Amino acid sequence: MAHLRFHIRFPEEGIRQPIIYQIGREYNVVTDVRRADVRDTTGWADVEFTGDTAEIERALEGLRKKGCSVDPIELNVVE
Amino acid sequence: MSKMKALVCRECGKEYPTKAIHVCEMCFGPLEVKYNYDEIKQAISRKKIEDGPDSMWRYLDLLPVEGTNFVGPHAGFTPLVRAKNLGAYLGIDELYIKNDTVNHPTLSFKDRVVAVALTRARELGFETVACASTGNLANSVSAHAASANLHCYVFIPGDLEAAKVLGNLIYKPHVVEVEGNYDDVNRLCSEIAGEHGWAFVNINIRPYYAEGSKTLAFETVEQLGWKTPDQVVIPMASGSLLTKIWKGLHEMKYVGLIDEVRTKINGAQAEGCSPISTAFKAGRDFFKPVKPKTIAKSLAIGNPADGYYALKATAESKGSMDMVTDEEVVEGIQLLAQTEGIFAETAGGVTIGVLKKLVKQGIIKKNEVTVAYITGNGLKTQEAVIDAVGRPTRIQPSLVAFEKNFKLGKNGGGES
Repeated sequence: MAHLRFHIRFPEEGIRQPIIYQIGREYNVVTDVRRADVRDTTGWADVEFTGDTAEIERALEGLRKKGCSVDPIELNVVE
Repeated sequence: MSKMKALVCRECGKEYPTKAIHVCEMCFGPLEVKYNYDEIKQAISRKKIEDGPDSMWRYLDLLPVEGTNFVGPHAGFTPLVRAKNLGAYLGIDELYIKNDTVNHPTLSFKDRVVAVALTRARELGFETVACASTGNLANSVSAHAASANLHCYVFIPGDLEAAKVLGNLIYKPHVVEVEGNYDDVNRLCSEIAGEHGWAFVNINIRPYYAEGSKTLAFETVEQLGWKTPDQVVIPMASGSLLTKIWKGLHEMKYVGLIDEVRTKINGAQAEGCSPISTAFKAGRDFFKPVKPKTIAKSLAIGNPADGYYALKATAESKGSMDMVTDEEVVEGIQLLAQTEGIFAETAGGVTIGVLKKLVKQGIIKKNEVTVAYITGNGLKTQEAVIDAVGRPTRIQPSLVAFEKNFKLGKNGGGES
């Protein structure tokens, strides 16, 4: 089982969608939100995914298909 | 008792031992070093600093290392140049350039942060250091690792320019060219840092690494005669440099080196990658990530890790932020070179361009002591100005030809 952490940013049109819940239903991963900030037009969440690595990859792809951007928890580390 | 008290989460305040960790296990917030300021206050003094080495290590009491076996012993303590010509051009009475174009050994401010990171990494027992970089950071990590006999891995995107790859290869690190773009390298390095027992300077060593930037604040204050400037202009990539200069100024107050901090912090970005400045100008306390498109590649971080904290520090200081076009970046590089004889890389052009704007807008006033941070050498980004500098005057090898082309005055002055 892998535990991977990501910073997820929601698209404006997805702010009112239960996206993290949906991903937990659609893929065999456990999602654990540790910190988040959701406002009228923008929102993000720091989330730990637990599961098989390949399944987590599929879940991340699922997030991207829903319009989310997915970054490492550290954000940009290439300087 | 150690001068380092703990690593502390910048969000929830949870404390951790001073090891190679960077994310809070509770809320995933970033960690930073917390010091025993009361104890440091007893040990530090202006005289002790002034009697110290001519490097950033003269501020050892406020840096997150335990011993004195430094990697990068000559980093820092770069000139604070009184920029009379540029000041006169812009209309500022007392303007200074903090000139990190001559930092040792790789001519950028990264030598400060890397010296701290690798010194701490070695103290923590690491034998392999690494970084993900497209330029200055890779140069500095590779050079410092070579001098310290550390194994070194540098991860770069597959489409990086040949000249930049060469600048790393000369130090013979393991240069790993990842088949993918910036985001792919970013993701891979985050995962490798989590899996391998390496010191990734800007990932698991980041809490220590970032502290090196404070020395720019310490040196500025000392070089101004133990006074804080009224205004500073700082280039922003991740935003870390700006937040650490702000932290450094306050630490000097905490430990009794100065009485007050009255500095306004101003952030500078290029328009093609300005998530932090855009948020500031829109009055937001959060930024929206962007895909960078600018010649100022050393500032091209579209999803900056310290963007939120940079906004906060600037607001606390009652400072400002702005951004400039690529054309203004080139103009800024030329202006600095032609008035002060300092050739800056593109980040320097961003700083000078924004300085110019802030003066024009009346945000920086004529009588305010102002410091502009120039963080890298122009020899690193010559391609940015190649079309803007003109050509030499070509003549036949004869005195007649020379005098025909140059109308010389009595003292040798003249025009071509």
